[in-house]
Amino acid sequence: MELIWLIPLLPGIGAALNGVFGVRYFSKQTAAAVACAAMGGALLLSIVAFVELLGAEHREHLVELAQWIPPIALETASGIGAFEAPWAFRLDPLSGMMILVVTGIGSLIHVYSVAYMDHEPRGGYVRFFCYLNLFCFFMLTLVLGSNLLVMFVGWEGVGLCSYLLIGFWYHKKSASDAGKKAFVVNRIGDFGFILGIFLVFFTFGTLDFRAVAEAAAGMPVEEGTFGVISLICLLLFIGAVGKSAQIPLYVWLPDAMEGPTPVSALIHAATMVTAGVYMVGRNAVLFTHAPEMMLIVAVIGALTALMAATIGLVQTDIKRVLAYSTVSQLGYMFLATGVGAFAAGAFHLMTHAFFKALLFLGSGSVIHAMNEEQDMRKMGNMKAYMPVTFATMGIGTLAIAGIPPFSGFFSKDEILYRTFLDNTWLWGLAVVTAGMTAFYMARLMFMTFYGEYRGPSWGAAGHADGGQEAHGGQGAHAHAWHGPHESPRLMTAPLQALAAGAVIAGFIGVPAALGGGNRIEHFLEPSFVAEAAHAEEGGHEEAHLSHAAELGLMGLSVLIALGGIALAHRLYVRRPDESERLAADFAGAHRVLTNKYYVDELYDATAVKGTMSSARGLWTVDRNVVDGAVNGTGWLTRASAWVSDVVDKYVVDGLVNLVGRICTEGSYAFRRAQTGLIQNYAVATLFGVFAFVTFYIAVRYFG
Amino acid sequence: MEITSAHYTVLSAALFSIGVIGVLVRRNVIIIFMAIELMLNAVNINLVAHARYLENLIGQVFVVFVIAVAAAEAAVGLGILLAFFRNKETVNIDEMNIMRW
Repeated sequence: MELIWLIPLLPGIGAALNGVFGVRYFSKQTAAAVACAAMGGALLLSIVAFVELLGAEHREHLVELAQWIPPIALETASGIGAFEAPWAFRLDPLSGMMILVVTGIGSLIHVYSVAYMDHEPRGGYVRFFCYLNLFCFFMLTLVLGSNLLVMFVGWEGVGLCSYLLIGFWYHKKSASDAGKKAFVVNRIGDFGFILGIFLVFFTFGTLDFRAVAEAAAGMPVEEGTFGVISLICLLLFIGAVGKSAQIPLYVWLPDAMEGPTPVSALIHAATMVTAGVYMVGRNAVLFTHAPEMMLIVAVIGALTALMAATIGLVQTDIKRVLAYSTVSQLGYMFLATGVGAFAAGAFHLMTHAFFKALLFLGSGSVIHAMNEEQDMRKMGNMKAYMPVTFATMGIGTLAIAGIPPFSGFFSKDEILYRTFLDNTWLWGLAVVTAGMTAFYMARLMFMTFYGEYRGPSWGAAGHADGGQEAHGGQGAHAHAWHGPHESPRLMTAPLQALAAGAVIAGFIGVPAALGGGNRIEHFLEPSFVAEAAHAEEGGHEEAHLSHAAELGLMGLSVLIALGGIALAHRLYVRRPDESERLAADFAGAHRVLTNKYYVDELYDATAVKGTMSSARGLWTVDRNVVDGAVNGTGWLTRASAWVSDVVDKYVVDGLVNLVGRICTEGSYAFRRAQTGLIQNYAVATLFGVFAFVTFYIAVRYFG
Repeated sequence: MEITSAHYTVLSAALFSIGVIGVLVRRNVIIIFMAIELMLNAVNINLVAHARYLENLIGQVFVVFVIAVAAAEAAVGLGILLAFFRNKETVNIDEMNIMRW
């Protein structure tokens, strides 16, 4: 466990190697090997650390690597506090589960990417693995960080990697736009998050999760009021909303599907988008002290789940369906945390990571097979061509739909059960959402794998140049396409592994009603409560339904899921015309859903246009007022300089020239006297003498 | 008719005037020199006459001085003139303008 700091560092080293040397010197194989080895090492370390954690008496371990920000005296609510942030990593049940999910699924996706990105030219291939490793580095920093600032480093880092990877095919305008959108929308959330961090420090004088939890445990629960803890939670939740794509900041996630499919699977389904849930869970003590905020979290979660599910009903892009499904499932997780079932939320986070990564990778496999076609209307009957993908995706679908005994059933049912105990209205929303989830996932499966093949034809004589196909070549379209085909082993193996995970992951959380012990909940519990409170509380005194009632609720949700699947089967397999008729009958609703409730248009008209027009307004002010002032000053200077120039030229110079002129003119008269002839001077002298003598005589004798 | 000091004074004045006019109107430097000598000697006559009239020998002494100075002046002046003549081959005072700006 002492080596947990190596877990994030290994992918970091991999990214550095690929980024610094790889882009120049590494072959595709080397780059992939470096990246996969880094992830494999991290996975190995994570497993070792986790096993050690399971065996440890006190299931919490802190490794302080270095001092990052040395203590700075800052004012807090209770006097001067020391603002400090060590590079410290904390391994506890929650982060232990998270590192397993991140490294486990991350490794599988790395392996999958080796084959999936094969068409990419070498430079892009190496860059891709560099980003992917960098992402894992930041994600592991995020989950292992022991204080809010280290978490924030990871938080921003994954946002950066998400931006880089969404815009991976940056020559495609839609991809680079989607990257920017994700980045900007995330910034809104991050703004709330960092304000929350400041407020946490100001209130508690520390940023360490455990210390904050202990401090918060000693404060009164803000029942019916909106105090400082509620404000902290609100700000933190704004951050979570941005990162985890909840209303109203979910719009970036569907667009993020512009990135390569492994990226969608890793970042936008399994790991990064769950960071918000993880962060709320990390600060569970704070949230439990702000019941009003918890209700907001639950309502936002439920509404997001429902809204995203309704949009998912009509989308035709296979990845977009999965994207909205992800938003919807994230809503479930927030619903769980909002009703206080942090463990259930984390449990669903884990099972969702398995089956959603599986579904994304499966869709990637289909897209790969269909030569980059993503529109489900142009697929069909794929089960004949790719049995492994079909089987694994089928398992994923059953898992997300909540059919026992697949993993999604246990986690989703736990959430539904806990929601039912807390708030029946939200439970109703969640159950409706569960039905829709089953329906749209089944729809996706049926449209893709059943029915008749509706895609383009292949193998015509015109491009029968398969023999000279250039491997390692110039991108997907340089290859001749031989029709849908099963993906290579490197892609199907991760699918099978994830499918196995999607089947068995749920068994660690079998509820008591089904004879299990709900082990994951007891395992995770210490992460969500303060130590002091945990010690004295002992057992929970929560409302419990009888096991029969709980079983009844389970039966109901399974029935609804089965109903959704059956409806999809009827509409998309048995009577495809009926679905079109339905779409025509409810054309208005269908159009609203197809256009995603016009939320993008709304944001475009308000936030984007507003920003743009205010920027234009400011630009006008800048150009006319600020520039005007500067230019006016310049003009004034020039005018006054002109005046001074005129004065100088005509008045000052005039005076000087006048003096000169007078001297010149005057000199003509005097110069004539200066003949240079001694005799003339002598004459003058003589007459002077005469004059003097005359004057003398005149004065002397006649005066 | 008795010769009085007034006669000497008039003679001296006449000679002096002739010298002045000579200096002013002539162009030949030699002649100008001669005119200057004339003026000096007019002064000498005046000094001698008044020495006798006032029965005082200081006037006689002055005359000797004047003659000495006149001789020296003539020597220097004629030296300059000779040097000048070698350069310009003229003794015309109008052409002596090499120091003029």
